[in-house]
Amino acid sequence: MSKSDDAALVTRLQAGDQAAYAQLVEENASRIYRLALRMVGNETDAEDILQETFLSAFKAIDKFQTRSSLSTWLYRIATNAALMRLRRKEPEHVSVDEPIESDDGDFMPRQFFDFCCLPEEDLLRGEARAEMTRAIEDLSPTLRSVFVLRDIEGFSTEETAEALDLSISAVKSRLMRARLKLRERLSIYFSQGPIVSESRKP
Amino acid sequence: MKKPDEHDSHDQSHEHTHDKDMCRRYLGSLSDYVDGTLGDELCEELEAHISVCENCRVVVDTLGKTVTLYHQLPSPELPDAVKSRLYTVLDLTAYVPESRTGSEEDGQ
Ligand SMILES: [Zn+2]
Repeated sequence: MSKSDDAALVTRLQAGDQAAYAQLVEENASRIYRLALRMVGNETDAEDILQETFLSAFKAIDKFQTRSSLSTWLYRIATNAALMRLRRKEPEHVSVDEPIESDDGDFMPRQFFDFCCLPEEDLLRGEARAEMTRAIEDLSPTLRSVFVLRDIEGFSTEETAEALDLSISAVKSRLMRARLKLRERLSIYFSQGPIVSESRKP
Repeated sequence: MKKPDEHDSHDQSHEHTHDKDMCRRYLGSLSDYVDGTLGDELCEELEAHISVCENCRVVVDTLGKTVTLYHQLPSPELPDAVKSRLYTVLDLTAYVPESRTGSEEDGQ
């Protein structure tokens, strides 16, 4: 959605136009739900976050500043809701002031199996995709939120920074750490070869 | 397609002089490299390094592949039931768009 489309819609939203509310929901609900599901990993919480996001957005629409886009603003609300929920559920995992540059030692690659050369059918199997999904859920929420916005939802670095209220360098550093962790995890998974029960016919 | 052992000949002489500090130095550039946003100078340095360091070459390739695989991960759909409850909660039931009939796969 372009900024000028946004401006017209915002005017209608701020005037309390119900059809405009419906339009906002129609245009964004799927992506917000997807983001929430990737963030929290279960459908019940994702649905709660989806509802919370629009309820909060409707309440706060008067305060919306047109310098950011409506969808980025919605993502910011949704991500905050998801992080708050995760903080309640796994408080040991989520710390607001997690150091931006933690020890690189944790991120030094240890796996050097070149899974690029595996056949596509092994890389794209359902079982591999389930492992990829679990791997996202095992990232700390701070790394997960950046990874989901950048590499799953396709946000730019700038949009991600805005949605998460982070500096560009914090986004880049967290994205790097998330990607390295996932690479490590996929390397281990793919180096173990296809599961026997699912192995291809000769 | 590259095979993992294709570069082994380079590696033998390199193995014992393997400079972990060098590899660590490039670690912070790999993500930008994969995105194609690394500056020219660093890019050349990194490419020179991975031409002699098999481990970093594998890390770069598999990091790029990891990102590509995640880009290809199918997105979960918004189930119709979740959508219809959303419109109810928001008091927008008058505006529910025409339901897309026959999309049973949404239902889980
Ligand atoms: Zn190296």
